[in-house]
Amino acid sequence: MTSVIETKDLKKTYRTGAGDLEVLHGVNFTLQVGEFVAIMGPSGSGKSTFMNILGCLDAPTAGSYRLLGEAVKDLSPDQLAYHRNRYIGFVFQGFNLLPRADLLENVALPLLYAKVPGPQRKKKAMELLDRVGLAPWAKHRPNQVSGGQQQRAAIARSLAVNPSLILADEPTGNLDSQTSDEIMKLFIELNDQGLSLIVVTHEPDVAACARRLAKFHDGLLVEDSPVSDRRRP
Amino acid sequence: MFWAMLLEAIRAIAANRMRSFLTMLGMVIGVGAVVLMLAVGEGTRVTIKKQVDALGTNVFIILAGFQSTSGARTGSGSSPTLTVNDAQALSELEGVNAVSPVANNYLQLVAGGQNWNTMVMGVNQEFFTVRSWEVELGRPMDELDVQGASRSVWLGQSTAKELFGNIDVVGRSMRLKNVPFTVEGILASKGQSLDGRDQDDTAIVPLTTSLRYLAGNQFRGSIRMLMLQAKSAEVMATLEQDIRQLLRDRHHLTPDQDDDFFLNNLSAVMASAEATAKAMTLLLGAIASVSLAVGGIGIMNIMLVSVTERTREIGVRLAIGARRMDILTQFILEAILVSLTGGLLGLILGGGGALLVQAVWRTSVVISPTSMVLSFSVSAGIGLFFGFYPAWKAARQNPIEALYFQ
Repeated sequence: MTSVIETKDLKKTYRTGAGDLEVLHGVNFTLQVGEFVAIMGPSGSGKSTFMNILGCLDAPTAGSYRLLGEAVKDLSPDQLAYHRNRYIGFVFQGFNLLPRADLLENVALPLLYAKVPGPQRKKKAMELLDRVGLAPWAKHRPNQVSGGQQQRAAIARSLAVNPSLILADEPTGNLDSQTSDEIMKLFIELNDQGLSLIVVTHEPDVAACARRLAKFHDGLLVEDSPVSDRRRP
Repeated sequence: MFWAMLLEAIRAIAANRMRSFLTMLGMVIGVGAVVLMLAVGEGTRVTIKKQVDALGTNVFIILAGFQSTSGARTGSGSSPTLTVNDAQALSELEGVNAVSPVANNYLQLVAGGQNWNTMVMGVNQEFFTVRSWEVELGRPMDELDVQGASRSVWLGQSTAKELFGNIDVVGRSMRLKNVPFTVEGILASKGQSLDGRDQDDTAIVPLTTSLRYLAGNQFRGSIRMLMLQAKSAEVMATLEQDIRQLLRDRHHLTPDQDDDFFLNNLSAVMASAEATAKAMTLLLGAIASVSLAVGGIGIMNIMLVSVTERTREIGVRLAIGARRMDILTQFILEAILVSLTGGLLGLILGGGGALLVQAVWRTSVVISPTSMVLSFSVSAGIGLFFGFYPAWKAARQNPIEALYFQ
């Protein structure tokens, strides 16, 4: 069976005024279907850069990255956009919902770019909101609901096009611990239904919810092991 | 997809009402000015055309030459160089439709207790053809009137009203220089002439009658003015040469002598008047276009601000799968919407302004559908043109930088 993600000797170098700066020194990482990986590491360890490459937001300088068996290299910006739209769901720390649109429209947005017709967009978005328990707030705008609700709407949005992978960058960073647990519960539930997940976090409690833990340090993957004592909030 | 984007654009505009309104104002003023200028320009053109048409189409006016006595020149028509026989000869030229001598005299008209001073024109029956002037009530002038010097008069509508109080006066009698005349007809209304005279304030009598009873002429058979109508616009140029040649031959002028008459081509007068009106419209239009360009720059400026403000939003959209084209379209759509709304308001403002001009200055204005379509498409074009750069800037953002933009 094809892996969802497979990187080999992945390197990323940034050109800065002071010379080239290599932030990833060759990362080998594989994610199988249905896995739930937490990525941890101090700031500057390269985990964000790694996530950006996995999310097709950035291209590696060297090495290979295969997403669902397809090499992500030398793709045009529009092809990358297509991959982001069809295969990956993003969840951000700051929720990143559009402030002027209501939750329903926010959830339906990826479907708009996938060129799904209007009525179907609405129907699907409503189902997703229902799934994350936000159906009564469908017509509310982001600033009219709580942070936890915004993040759940963002998760619903990431699920809109039935992606193969959810990438969550510090999804609980802006939330209190109780709300964080609710969000992690939702992630575990989604993972139990077979969805592959990668969560970047610096909270051990959050990382403990994953099945596998990968640790970054100085641009290298220094530890990659199953979570022995898994937490289920 | 389009409707969702349009809705998004409306929201973005509505989110910054004051800013959007001020941005639109540039377009409102620009389009308003263009519409107003076009309406006034077209109105002027139509007025000129109407007035020149009222003089008759394809018409030449031939005036007798002037005398020069000890340095004082006495003006055209003071020399007896044109004769009734010249008129007869001219009527036989190829391409001539109608010729009539015209003898003008300002006289006092008397009817009952009323009297009125107006211009009395002595003409022959072809004059009505030359001037495209219909007789509205009564009968037309005919050859017998001219041959018999009948004491018949045809009145303009204004003159009839001044003398009799109404225009239904065919058959009534009146006096000119104490000679009794019968009103045989009332002329159709012509309105104002190019120089603002009321063309309906006039009386027409047969030329022979005029010469016999009204204005004795020191030179028998001489006339001051001839009006001639060509068969079509195409023959005007040739005919002008032919007329000049014929009159020079008849007046026995040697090649080194100047013309002893003045030949005016009314179509040329109209053409130059129209050219002037057109140049005026163009000039005003050019000035108005400058304000349109300024409005466009305003849109561009605000769109650039908007793109910067919404960098994160652009990042989110790119992350969840928007292609560059989607972002580009969205921002261009927004710019077009702003400029179109402004253009539409400008159209209303310009149209209203034109009607105000018409009401206050009593000049005619014409708001043509062409100018409306033009200003509408021009405002859309401005939105597209000036919205393109900001939209392009938005579309080529790096998704990561946009996402983490503070």
